[in-house]
Amino acid sequence: MEAIIAIAIGLLTACGVFLLLRARTFPLILGLTLLSYAVNLFLFASGRLRMDAPPLIRDGASYTDPLPQALVLTAIVIGFGMTAYLVMLALRALSESGDDHVDAKEKP
Amino acid sequence: MTQHAAILPLLIPFLAALLQLAAKGYGIAVQRAIGLVGASLAVAAALWLVLLADDGMVRVYALGDWVAPFGIVLAVDRLAAIMVLLTASLAAGALLYASAGFDQRGRHFHPLFQLQVFGLQGAFLTGDLFNLFVFFEVMLLASYVLLAHGGGLARTRAGLAYVVLNLAGSALFLIALGMLYGTLGTLNLADVALRLQAPEIDVAPARLACMLLIAVFALKAALLPLSFWLPHAYAAAGAPVAALFVIMTKVGIVSILRVQAIAFAPAAATADLLDGWLLPLALATVLFAAIGALAAMRLRDLTAWLVLASAGTLLVVPVFPQADVSAAALYYLVQSTFVAAALFLIAELVAVRRGDVADAFLPGPRLHTPWLGLAFLLAAASAVGLPPFAGFLGKLMLLSALRDSGSAIAIWSVFLFAGLLLMLALAKGGGRLFWERSPKHPHGNTHPFCWRRSLAVALLVSPALLLALFARPVSDYAARAAAQLHDPQTYVAGVLGGHAIERETRP
Repeated sequence: MEAIIAIAIGLLTACGVFLLLRARTFPLILGLTLLSYAVNLFLFASGRLRMDAPPLIRDGASYTDPLPQALVLTAIVIGFGMTAYLVMLALRALSESGDDHVDAKEKP
Repeated sequence: MTQHAAILPLLIPFLAALLQLAAKGYGIAVQRAIGLVGASLAVAAALWLVLLADDGMVRVYALGDWVAPFGIVLAVDRLAAIMVLLTASLAAGALLYASAGFDQRGRHFHPLFQLQVFGLQGAFLTGDLFNLFVFFEVMLLASYVLLAHGGGLARTRAGLAYVVLNLAGSALFLIALGMLYGTLGTLNLADVALRLQAPEIDVAPARLACMLLIAVFALKAALLPLSFWLPHAYAAAGAPVAALFVIMTKVGIVSILRVQAIAFAPAAATADLLDGWLLPLALATVLFAAIGALAAMRLRDLTAWLVLASAGTLLVVPVFPQADVSAAALYYLVQSTFVAAALFLIAELVAVRRGDVADAFLPGPRLHTPWLGLAFLLAAASAVGLPPFAGFLGKLMLLSALRDSGSAIAIWSVFLFAGLLLMLALAKGGGRLFWERSPKHPHGNTHPFCWRRSLAVALLVSPALLLALFARPVSDYAARAAAQLHDPQTYVAGVLGGHAIERETRP
């Protein structure tokens, strides 16, 4: 399972960084979204990967670390808000310049 | 009551923002009144915190009464108190200026402004690294919207680059936190400091996590390979927004200073983390900023480069663990923040009086406002470090504290040469703005006097004089703050209460 998670995180990060380096706003937003997926998976894995273990501490029962789950939840909410704002900003740049290039000039 | 002093600088802007949102229907005057009352209360609360913190205790405020390291705590030492007071005063000045009309150029200026102050204060006060991330995001989200306030393609484009860069930075921040939690099992700064000294930790991932954390803070502080966003974003922002943004690079610098002094330097695994690379990069940042200032065509661009120069100057400091270097840096930080903020405001006041040439360094109409020229002279002289102003004292203290270090020659020559270049840039620009007239505009525009804008500029320029007049008490306080910062045992004991936490080892 470790190998699958590691490959998934690596692949998502690589695709995210590749898209982030594009010069158009739409691939940029997709890239940031992929990057945040990778980061969330990574945070989740930082509490160690355990199968069939609830994030509750009970006597004798096996449990998984609940803290990374709380961290991921916070990170997802923040990332979602940021992406929504970025989409609005990209739309505004598109309507002001008529072009989705990140270095677009004023509409003639 | 005194035990709740630590939360006041957070509660006041947050409540003000909520009230302003609720009072949206009652017109801008009510929002302004709430904002200005809130900003004044925040200054008073911060002043109280500065006085309280001077007893040398680390005040810990456990949110929800969950003790560290299980709950999130606010930790107030002298350094945090100074930064809180600086932020509150800067915000009060910028808000007063914005209340003269800038706040009507877009929607929701006032609540966003208060939320950004909330994020800034939280970043200085928190004692937990994940909570630091959350406060960074609060501060950044408000700053994204404030940067675009006022509209125009230049602001949207600058905003887009700024948002994308900071979102990538946030992703890096989370990766660093994940690695830190994975290797050390804690995110409380004091507990991280303890765990880094434990012999059984995995050194390589811990070092990598700490390094990533420093890289994220360096992005906020605009260290050279990560600093190209700053001149663009700051010059595009509206004047009062840019004035508040000046403190944002300082958040990165203070974060580096704090994690380095409290957690990284005392642990053998991470003691040499900053050696060899931070000093050359910081000096390169100073030179880069000085050259950029020479090439700037407008006063607001020039001021953005000045912000970068002072950030580079301050980034030299974390390399040296001596308390006297940090003390000098704190004094320098306070005056450079005020002066740069004042210059952003002056740039806009000059721009509206010069019509279509605005604040570009071109001959233009005559300015009928000698007080504006005087304010510019004061701020510019302090920014480049000319006596008798506070900038001179700050630079002098910093240079003399660094005199005995091995790389003193490099630091002295870069600082002094960059100072000369900045002086040339400001002298050239100021001469063009205030003295040269173009034959096209023989009479010049008159502009109605606005007491709010003038008072805001006066408030932000006056520290250049006041900090020089009262240099002794301020630098003494800074020296005590630095001594406390470089005494990590007291901080750790103060936050964790002296009891070690037993842990089960993880796979």
